Amino acid sequence: MSIVNRQDFGWNREAMAKRAALDIPDGSYVNLGIGIPELVAQFVPEGREVIYHTENGLLGMGPAPAEGEIDPELINAGKKAVTVIPGGSYFHHADSFTMIRGQHIDVCVLGAMQVSEQGDLANWSTGDPDAIPAVGGAMDLVAGVKTIYVITQHCTKTGEPKLVESCSYPLTGKAVVSRIYSDLAVIDVTPGGFEVVELAPRVSFNYVQKRTGCKLLAGQQLADAAK
Amino acid sequence: MIDKRIDSLIDAVADIFDGATVMIGGFGEAGSPIELIHALIDQGAKNLTVVNNNTGSGHVGLAALIENGQVCKMICSYPRTVSSKVFPELYRSGKIELELVPQGTLAERIRAGGAGIPAFYTATSVNTPLAEGKEQRTFDGRDYVMEYGLKADFSLIKCERADRYGNLTYNKTARNFAPIMATAAATTIVQTGYLVEVGAIDPEVVVTPGIFVDRVITIAEPAQESKLVAEGRIYPCR
Repeated sequence: MSIVNRQDFGWNREAMAKRAALDIPDGSYVNLGIGIPELVAQFVPEGREVIYHTENGLLGMGPAPAEGEIDPELINAGKKAVTVIPGGSYFHHADSFTMIRGQHIDVCVLGAMQVSEQGDLANWSTGDPDAIPAVGGAMDLVAGVKTIYVITQHCTKTGEPKLVESCSYPLTGKAVVSRIYSDLAVIDVTPGGFEVVELAPRVSFNYVQKRTGCKLLAGQQLADAAK
Repeated sequence: MIDKRIDSLIDAVADIFDGATVMIGGFGEAGSPIELIHALIDQGAKNLTVVNNNTGSGHVGLAALIENGQVCKMICSYPRTVSSKVFPELYRSGKIELELVPQGTLAERIRAGGAGIPAFYTATSVNTPLAEGKEQRTFDGRDYVMEYGLKADFSLIKCERADRYGNLTYNKTARNFAPIMATAAATTIVQTGYLVEVGAIDPEVVVTPGIFVDRVITIAEPAQESKLVAEGRIYPCR
């Protein structure tokens, strides 16, 4: 597949997932959040062996089953039908979250409503009093997994920046995100703030800056790429 | 002689009392003991506090128990799903209480309750609204929040195979909360797909040892929640 979408501008969902997949090391135990993060599994480069964990009790999660082979008792955390790979294992919820909270899972890729320049993540509630609050395993994942990546559209559907100075929504965790893959750029959370390390096709640094709620730093990789 | 088998669903849940705390296994429909829940609806105990990861789907199983007005409080991590309509309506109109607990904290609270541990510290939820009002301590430079162990009067769970001692094995991701809930309740009531002879389950593969189980009822062909929801079924039938 092409990494550039039809408009030849920025990254689409698959391209974001594909870019994130490049950063999943061989031999990792990985938990993928619901939505775009789920797509990452399709794009891990050949030759890397990665084991997927789903918090409802399966290590060694495989792709979705063929139609007609769906087992309602073999599902992922999003309650969708999945398969199990040879060498997979089932366990109960306390063991599953021991893997998460005991820092045994290497990488988790999550979606976001907001990320602050300190790496704070808000992805479970808008704080709207009419909404039904629901948190699932998100707070456990950000507290326990060694590396937290976020895949998200750079802005909300109404054009508000999701990368902000400080989150206005209730936090999932404080200073937990290390890297963000948006439709416009790859951005690291550094002690100095957000640092752009890669731009999506035909996207300029200034274009990303205009759609970000705080000041961006240009990473060395951008300077090298410009040479 | 130890024989935890019980023949009727009515007898299995007969002593669940008004105001009881009831843990119900399952993650969505996977592992949901739907026949035991329906028996509890028929039995009619009220003012129940129910512990489950979710709040059920459609108008069957856990959602039907809530819809029937038997639940005053839910303790769960994710009370809304695509086809859950009952809980959101009651919650918005202030007719049901919600204690929202991160999923791992929920699991650990149940595990702790079953292991005789009254409370523990976890990094999960620190600096979030779910840590507000909770005791905090710092260990090795990191902040932790105190959470209480969770116990229940009854647990209702589903397994794949059981013997008359109450030794259990499960099926795939239908295991989820069942083994820890079995440890945390004064009375654990199990519905099993198959009942086998004592000795037929290899001791190496027993997941829940019989000591944690009080009653076993065989439900050879359990209903599938998503199928009932898709058919628009309502329990009890009206």
